[in-house]
Amino acid sequence: MDLFLQQLLTGLANGAIYACLALAVVMIYQAIDHFNFAQGEMAMFSTYICWAMIAGGVPYWIAFFATIVVSFIGGLAIERIIFKPLHNAPVLSHIVVFIGLVAIFNSFAGAIWDHNIKTFPSPFPEGSFGGLIGLHEVGMFFVTLLLLFAIFCFFRFTRVGMAMQAAAANPDSAGLVGIRVGWMLALGWGLAAAIGAVAGMMIAPIVFLEPNMMLGILLYGFAAAIVGGISSPGGAVAGGFLVGIIENMAGTYIPAIGSELKLTVALILIVTVLLFKPNGLFGKTIVTRV
Amino acid sequence: MSQLLDVKGLEASYGPTKVLHGLDFSLEHGGVTTILGANGAGKTTTLRAISGMVTRKGTIQLEGTELAALQTADITRKGIAHVPEGRGTFVRMSAEDNLRLGAYSRSDKAGIAEDVERVYGYFPILKQRRNQQAGTLSGGEAQMLAVGRALMLRPRLLLLDEPSFGLAPLIVQELFEILKRINAEEGVSMLLVEQNASLALELADHAYLLETGNIVISGTSESILENETVRRSYLGY
Repeated sequence: MDLFLQQLLTGLANGAIYACLALAVVMIYQAIDHFNFAQGEMAMFSTYICWAMIAGGVPYWIAFFATIVVSFIGGLAIERIIFKPLHNAPVLSHIVVFIGLVAIFNSFAGAIWDHNIKTFPSPFPEGSFGGLIGLHEVGMFFVTLLLLFAIFCFFRFTRVGMAMQAAAANPDSAGLVGIRVGWMLALGWGLAAAIGAVAGMMIAPIVFLEPNMMLGILLYGFAAAIVGGISSPGGAVAGGFLVGIIENMAGTYIPAIGSELKLTVALILIVTVLLFKPNGLFGKTIVTRV
Repeated sequence: MSQLLDVKGLEASYGPTKVLHGLDFSLEHGGVTTILGANGAGKTTTLRAISGMVTRKGTIQLEGTELAALQTADITRKGIAHVPEGRGTFVRMSAEDNLRLGAYSRSDKAGIAEDVERVYGYFPILKQRRNQQAGTLSGGEAQMLAVGRALMLRPRLLLLDEPSFGLAPLIVQELFEILKRINAEEGVSMLLVEQNASLALELADHAYLLETGNIVISGTSESILENETVRRSYLGY
């Protein structure tokens, strides 16, 4: 039973990581209707920016919020500079650009800050909660929930949040009610980059900072977003925790999986959910009249 | 008196295909004008050209302000509300959220709340459906929502693209009566595109007949109704 509780909490802790990144994935999906494969590398790059500031003597929280602002502007700039000219290009061109961005961020991070693994500070006190789960993980859990709440309020109650959804769902009609669709896309990129930055800064104390830190995690983040329902931020968070727990339980209780095949569990989850519940467990089913 | 909208030499194309070959027309303040024509004549494209949704050439002046260089969102903000072909509601959002988005470019909260009620006054059924996903509305309700959303802009000019399309005759009659009321009570000018010529000429005071991207006949609705060609080809008697 102790082992079970231990694994459950570890699963939740890992889940918080995935949930955080899944939120960023969902955010950009709301805006552009695609997965952004470069999301992980963008988050990694943001984390490096924060690390550089802290190494330069800037206090943690100032660096934290400055990084969010810089990432927001960076995301905005990526859309305006790279994706705006590709506006009418087919989906495949976008995917190629995503992959290009992955390579660019990855190699620039390596070139600027080298490939050595770096420790990244946690804003939360050291120690653990009842010897079962680290305080950083607990803190991260709450940061994720806070982020979720903020996103929910943004989309539900703000004018701009509604406009962003409208622009994603029906760009023509959005233009006809006076929404500047291009800027909504840019805003989506900016917000996704900012959320990704938070995720990166929360994840880095656990996995350590290096250019490839997000490689595996992004896959879990995608799994979380798909399991939870790509259209729903709440679903993505729930999906994140679910993926974290399932992955840990499977690794512990199914000997054939062990710790080596854990990533496979995430992939199996993606395929299973897409097969049987394409909108995800918590995704909104789109009601259509027949 | 100067015109509300003055269009000169309007050309529009989709890629290499030119669809409009230099249209000249104008709309009067407070009037209802209709563009008649067969499938593919360029009726929808004319509206899309005014709203900046297709590549276009020529001049489009709204009370002297040139619109031809503006983007769709900015044209809307000048007071032109376009009810697109196929309604274009935001299907995943509630009916009321659709209406509120119609007022996106306005910032007068009290006025917006007032206008939501005003739209419910014209279309009581929408009030019952206010929290329902727009995608679940019937065709008639969706068309009413689309018109309501356009009204939320407090437009000077309403562009209507085949509002009768796919609706039962009774619903069409109801809808056109409300459009007539809106025109009379609020002085909103309208540019109406319709396949159903007799219906359109009932509401409109002026009409243009479009054939393969050119205006071939124009005049008051009465004179158009008496025109032999129109009667035979478009009214069928």
